[in-house]
Amino acid sequence: MTQEISQIWVYLSASPLLGLTVTLLAYQGAFAIYQRTGNNPLANPVLIAVSVLVLFLTLTGTTYETYFAGAQFVHFLLGPATVALAIPLYTQFRRVRSMLLPVVAGLLAGSLTAIVSAVLVARLLGASTSTQLSLAPKSVTTPIAMGIAERIGGIPSLTAVLVIVTGILGAVGARYVFDAMKLRDPAIRGFAIGIASHGIGTARAFRSTNRAAPLPRWPWA
Amino acid sequence: MLSALTQLLIFQLAGEVIARGLALPIPGPVLGMLFLFVALLIKGGPGENLQTTSQNLLQHLSLLFVPAGTGIMVHLHRVSDEWLPLLASLLVSTLATLIVTALVMKLCQRSPAASGEAS
Repeated sequence: MTQEISQIWVYLSASPLLGLTVTLLAYQGAFAIYQRTGNNPLANPVLIAVSVLVLFLTLTGTTYETYFAGAQFVHFLLGPATVALAIPLYTQFRRVRSMLLPVVAGLLAGSLTAIVSAVLVARLLGASTSTQLSLAPKSVTTPIAMGIAERIGGIPSLTAVLVIVTGILGAVGARYVFDAMKLRDPAIRGFAIGIASHGIGTARAFRSTNRAAPLPRWPWA
Repeated sequence: MLSALTQLLIFQLAGEVIARGLALPIPGPVLGMLFLFVALLIKGGPGENLQTTSQNLLQHLSLLFVPAGTGIMVHLHRVSDEWLPLLASLLVSTLATLIVTALVMKLCQRSPAASGEAS
């Protein structure tokens, strides 16, 4: 019996089927937990799924390369999905046009602050160059940030995790910052959260400013 | 769905070829996104087909980060070595970005040219 199981395991661990299946299972389980907490940003589904998978792979002694041979089929869709972001961008662009000057100025100043302050703090505290480069795009939405990290010499998987933690920080903390600044304009609050911590922060901002409105399914995470 | 997916792949391919061909520091898919964005501006919006397919693709966008995110297991030693600069950088940078963005937007909204539309 145990020999049969180990033979099945030998087959499974060499086939892409397992990596693909556990990825989908882990994500769906994590997403169910996230929904059960009322979409609490602390229960971020990617963070939960990644933790479960790392634990599973470590316990079964599976290497990341073996796992990725299966998971790459999911990973591949990141490219076309990034291109598809042009559609929500287009929809939002038409809404944003009426306040173009504050938005463009806020975007430039905010993005520059995000990049420079992240790299500077890491450098001052002695982080390695590739860690600094992985931090640089952390305020951008995950698929774009990972692409940038790869391009500039950072580590895309580290960036993915940093982006998500940044989103959670903004989602949890932004309202206290704005309240301390006595800033009430919901347009500015929403946009500033978007610049600092992309969609994870913004999804939370929408919930807290306008509970009656249906939750926009913004995919920026 | 098939034609919309093909469109997305063609834009990605175009972005990838041009980014690599001209050695641009922009990821190919991001360039592809910009091309599609410009195409939408010219065309005046996405067709129903593209709209639906993109919505389906983006609905569980987070799932697509999981394989790459799991790659953190290879870099766990780095996280444990450099947790302090990482954490400090994220906290300081997120706080600074929130404050700077909000202040700059507030300033621009108050400028006389924009004050008419601001409210």
